[in-house]
Amino acid sequence: MSALIEAKGLTRVLPETVPVTLVKDVSLAIGERELVAVTGPSGSGKSSLLYLLGLLDRQTGGALHIAGKDASALGERDRARLRLESIGFVFQFHFLLPEFTARENVEIPMRKLGRLGAREMRERADALLDALGLADHRGKRPDQLSGGQRQRVAVARSLANDPPLLLADEPTGSLDSHSSEQVFAILSALVHERGKTVVAVTHDVDLAARMDRRVHLVDGVVTSDERNGG
Amino acid sequence: MRLLLDLAVTHIIGRGRQTLVAILGTALGVGFSIAMAALMQGGEDDFVAQLIDTMPHVQITDERRTAARQPAEDEFDAVAIAGLRPRDDRRGILNPTAAVAALSGWIPGTMSKSLKTQGVVRYAGQDIGISIFGVEPRQEARVSSIAQDFRQGSFDSLIAGGNNIVVGDSLAKRLGADLGTTVTLVSATGQTRAVKIVGLFHTGVTARDEGEGYVLLKIAQILSERPNAINEIRLKLDDPAAAPAVAKRAEALIGYKAVAWQEANESLLEAFVIRNIIMYTVVGAILLVAGFGIFNIVSTITHEKARDIAILKSLGFEARDMRRLFLLEGLTLGLAGSLAGWLLGFALCFGLSQVELHISGGTVGREITKLPLTWSPWHYLIAAGFALAAAGIAGYLPARQAAKLNPVDIIRGAT
Repeated sequence: MSALIEAKGLTRVLPETVPVTLVKDVSLAIGERELVAVTGPSGSGKSSLLYLLGLLDRQTGGALHIAGKDASALGERDRARLRLESIGFVFQFHFLLPEFTARENVEIPMRKLGRLGAREMRERADALLDALGLADHRGKRPDQLSGGQRQRVAVARSLANDPPLLLADEPTGSLDSHSSEQVFAILSALVHERGKTVVAVTHDVDLAARMDRRVHLVDGVVTSDERNGG
Repeated sequence: MRLLLDLAVTHIIGRGRQTLVAILGTALGVGFSIAMAALMQGGEDDFVAQLIDTMPHVQITDERRTAARQPAEDEFDAVAIAGLRPRDDRRGILNPTAAVAALSGWIPGTMSKSLKTQGVVRYAGQDIGISIFGVEPRQEARVSSIAQDFRQGSFDSLIAGGNNIVVGDSLAKRLGADLGTTVTLVSATGQTRAVKIVGLFHTGVTARDEGEGYVLLKIAQILSERPNAINEIRLKLDDPAAAPAVAKRAEALIGYKAVAWQEANESLLEAFVIRNIIMYTVVGAILLVAGFGIFNIVSTITHEKARDIAILKSLGFEARDMRRLFLLEGLTLGLAGSLAGWLLGFALCFGLSQVELHISGGTVGREITKLPLTWSPWHYLIAAGFALAAAGIAGYLPARQAAKLNPVDIIRGAT
């Protein structure tokens, strides 16, 4: 079984007048059914690493394979396609489209992919929202929802096209402890019950401690990579 | 794609007041350009219709386009002739019977031959110079617009007796004569003849109403001492647009200068072309200004929705999709503006068509006319086409910027 994410010597340098190295020589292999925390102090490059893994950004050095595909060899269109099909994103702020209801937000990636009919998409969106405890909030717009509810809608949206890989950037960063707990439980369940792989950037040490694997970054370099009970 | 359209419409509606202004701007541009085009075209059509009505479609006169060539010039290339005094040719169309016969077979319309000569009407001690037209009444009635302009009598009245004349009403008034008055006609060659006024016409063209008299062809020939001569053949065609072709063929056939109405009014028709260029320039400028309104709103949206662009890109939308999205927003605004503009243009045209103009018609009191308007789907299509092109450009420029946006920059900025 090949790894879902395979990075070798991944490097990202911002081409400023004084070049800034965000991520330096990171080699990682993340398989299926893994719940990985990426930790590190502010500015350690953990978010930058996540953007590289999510194909939002292009590395300046090293190699990256996502789901067996050589990401650096893909053009913009194929990268967008891969993002659409195989990668779900959850950000610190919910990043929902403010004019659309929860259901419509969840439907957008499905409509972009265009594999399902209108009724199937609607049913799937409702099922995802229901599973995340949002059955009563399907028709509400983001500004009518609480922070935790919005973040759960965002999780539902990231799952819309059933991608094997979920990338979360501080998913609990703007939530209170109760909502954080809820979101963590959802992510954990996705890995252990639905067989997804979740890579979450967090600076919450307690939260990270409860994940299966922790990758620690300092100044763009991986300083430790350990598994619980392993 | 439905999804992009949904997103575009949502973005546009989200900016209510600005959207309304942009659509209104486009609508005004489209509406006024439609009304303007209808007026311009209406004026032109009205004018051309009057030209076609009042003028013969093709006029063949006893002139030639080039001076007669000397036989020696035809025979030898190197011959140059200087100081030659040409022979006085007999004036008029030579061999009129043959000329008329050559034309009568194929002309798609009717034809009238006449002899035009100059003369003087003398009555109650007044001499007034007029053009005397010798005509065959039945033919003339079919070709000349005057046939519809008779106040009293008609061309047929000429047939009744040998010494009859029909004149314009202004001329009769100047002379102090009336229907039934006998006046003296004096020709340029000195012949005189007493003729009775049997018809009065009013064309509205002063030069004709004061300066034309129609008599039988035979009388004109006697007055000008040119038996059997004619110097004008006038054609009225079933299809006025065919006039140039007919004129060309007639000229080739009988050798005399044949002038189509388009040629006779070339400078006028050219003026219309220039007028249309000016109109479409102004219309283009109006819609360009409307385009700025659209550019303004779409570029505001791309700035405001930078976060949405980042979200959509992170979800798997491509740069191409973003370009399409904002181009679509521009076009949607343009389309909405065009549709509203069509309604406005239609309403304006309807309103203008209700306006009655009171134009003083000189001696005959007042004539009431309505504004000439031409309704053409082309005006609507051209105006909307201009508007959509302007909207497309106005949407494309910010769309290109939006497509270039790097989602990471925005997500970093937000977190």
